[in-house]
Amino acid sequence: MLGASTWNADRAQEIVDEHLSLEAPMLPILHALQEEFGYVAPEAAPLLAQALNLSRAEVHGVISFYHDFRHEPAGRHVLKLCRGEACQSMGSEELAEDLFTKLGLDWNRTTRDGELTVEPVYCLGLCASSPAALIDGEPIARLDATTLGEAVDEARGL
Amino acid sequence: MTRIFIPKDIAALAVGANKVAAKIEAEARARGLSAEIVRNGSRGAYFLETLVEVETAEGRIGYGPIAPSDVVSLFDAGFLSGGAHALRIGKTDAHPFFARQTRLTFARCGIIDPTSLSDYAGLGGWRGLARAIEIGPAATIAEVTKSGLRGRGGAGFPTGIKWKTVADAPADRRYVVCNFDEGDSGTFADRMIVEGDPYALIEGMTICAVAIGATKGYVYCRSEYPHAAKTFSEALVLARQAGYLGSDVLGSGLSFDIEIRMGAGAYVCGEETALLESLEGKRGVVRAKPPLPAHKGLFQRPTVVNNVLSLVAAPTILERGADFYASYGMGRSRGTMPLQIAGNIRYGGLFETAFGLTLGEIVEDIGGGTASGRPVRSVQCGGPLGAYFPRDYFDTPFDYESFAARDGLIGHGGVVVFDDTVDMSRMARFAMEFCAVESCGKCTPCRIGSTRGVETVDRIRQGVKTAENLVLLDDLCQTMKFGSLCALGGFAPYPVLSAMRHFGEDFGPRALAAE
Ligand SMILES: Cc1cc2nc3c(=O)[nH]c(=O)nc-3n(C[C@H](O)[C@H](O)[C@H](O)COP(=O)(O)O)c2cc1C
Ligand code: SF4
Ligand code: FES
Repeated sequence: MLGASTWNADRAQEIVDEHLSLEAPMLPILHALQEEFGYVAPEAAPLLAQALNLSRAEVHGVISFYHDFRHEPAGRHVLKLCRGEACQSMGSEELAEDLFTKLGLDWNRTTRDGELTVEPVYCLGLCASSPAALIDGEPIARLDATTLGEAVDEARGL
Repeated sequence: MTRIFIPKDIAALAVGANKVAAKIEAEARARGLSAEIVRNGSRGAYFLETLVEVETAEGRIGYGPIAPSDVVSLFDAGFLSGGAHALRIGKTDAHPFFARQTRLTFARCGIIDPTSLSDYAGLGGWRGLARAIEIGPAATIAEVTKSGLRGRGGAGFPTGIKWKTVADAPADRRYVVCNFDEGDSGTFADRMIVEGDPYALIEGMTICAVAIGATKGYVYCRSEYPHAAKTFSEALVLARQAGYLGSDVLGSGLSFDIEIRMGAGAYVCGEETALLESLEGKRGVVRAKPPLPAHKGLFQRPTVVNNVLSLVAAPTILERGADFYASYGMGRSRGTMPLQIAGNIRYGGLFETAFGLTLGEIVEDIGGGTASGRPVRSVQCGGPLGAYFPRDYFDTPFDYESFAARDGLIGHGGVVVFDDTVDMSRMARFAMEFCAVESCGKCTPCRIGSTRGVETVDRIRQGVKTAENLVLLDDLCQTMKFGSLCALGGFAPYPVLSAMRHFGEDFGPRALAAE
């Protein structure tokens, strides 16, 4: 589901231009770039700086402030596992540890085959159905080691 | 044609509601039965999701929780005419979880098709806005003030007074900004109403616009909620087409429109000034106050920043009157609060009720105790910055003042329950870690203190110089409390200190000896 297309300066410029009529278009542009390419490439900073009349350092400061914007492409599938307190009360940290042991992973890391990235998320609003996660954007809840493993395998087509 | 209701709320989808819907549709077709499937929001009883309801002569009959594998047996039981089944709960409204609620703000949520304009208007929609337009700005503000409504985002500031401040500030433009960042873990009321009754937010924001003379509104939606953003965007288009937004709102000649913007995964952007910075396309760094956003807010213009729940309370207040709303609640906490009962809980979900139930009633009577069946050990209210309460505090009434008196906060109404397997020093560590991850970086006590806090808890947990490190942790907490600009650094000590105070046995040998 994640944009797998490689960086393309012309397409990026188009995306920037499409948003220029908005008031304060910075975040909408960054989201659109990440949607298209799967991450916000370093090459984006000069484009934004020029379009919005800012310094590159300012643009970089914004990109690096927000947890959402990736600086490199993620794996083909992304699991966002909730670490909020409600999910912790139902064993989400143990669930994460199990998964990491199984796959040799850690937070914000990608499996060696480039298939799966696991990112932390602090609450998905599914706290009455904990533990919860998003796999490629699809919500899953009331997880245990088995159902989480199945969801991951299913997303990877295993 | 029989109508079947199957929620499309994301928490229902997360437990398979789409699969249930597909299965019901296929099974109906295979059996040659005709039925209309309506995808409603959730009623908020998440322990019953997927809750399938059927419209019958006696009212809506519920079945839940339904898994795709239950569908065939539902048809065999004749559920289309309300037939008996092991998962039949009877009339949904009569189920104790619903019958005990006072649903003012969430009256329509889970009942209607979220983006159906006729459903919305049919159940009282737009009447509050019509009245606001009729009585004018000053009387609208007076009504909200008189209702006693206090901001539901956490700080509990009187909404009417905020509106009046903005209305009175001279300006060429004013803004209404809806804080839909809902960052507190354990909360989902904003999400649920935006997914289940989005026009209520549009109406609430438009009432505010009428009151303060705003022409533009923004909804700042956290990026973790794309599903809610989609529903809200659809509702915006339909409301605009129908003339509820645009250059001539409800034929009044007033001009107002709303745009939704997505956050980018920063908890601190729920703080109102960081939110405004973020809306302006900058780093989400907290602004020093003054100036207040009410004087110099978005793009330096007077701006109301209100939580979703504060804004969606407005239509009810305008439609049914301030006195009606204020007749619910206790002390200085008027009206209803949508409690969000979450975590290790048997009957988790959204429970709207007047202020004043005790914490014990909420957790044990309504929530039914833990999901694990083990004893409740600790409850965190008010999100990641809220204190951990022990069972001894179960007599605390749920209202702003009673919680504050015990160094706690009700915040946005989240109630997260833990059983006796919880390790409270680990939760204290997490509070510090969360603060370190989410700090905007502006003040040293928050930015550095939280990182030091994590290290100190780690040493305590390892049994290294426990006594000294407990004193150090307490000192750090005091420094953060008094040296931080906003409540992220200023309140992160509360979960830590409350864990140390009430659950000292989890902090190593010295604490044990002191017991
Ligand atoms: C760190 C931090 C995070 C906050 N997060 C939220 C939030 O997610 N939603 C919200 O409505 N208010 C949040 N607030 C409170 C807002 O600053 C502000 O008080 C609120 O939006 C005002 O609206 P209200 O008066 O309707 O409550 C947060 C405050 C702080 C300090
Ligand atoms: S307390 Fe923390 S989050 Fe708040 S302004 Fe200071 S550094 Fe930023
Ligand atoms: S805490 Fe995990 S979904 Fe809210």
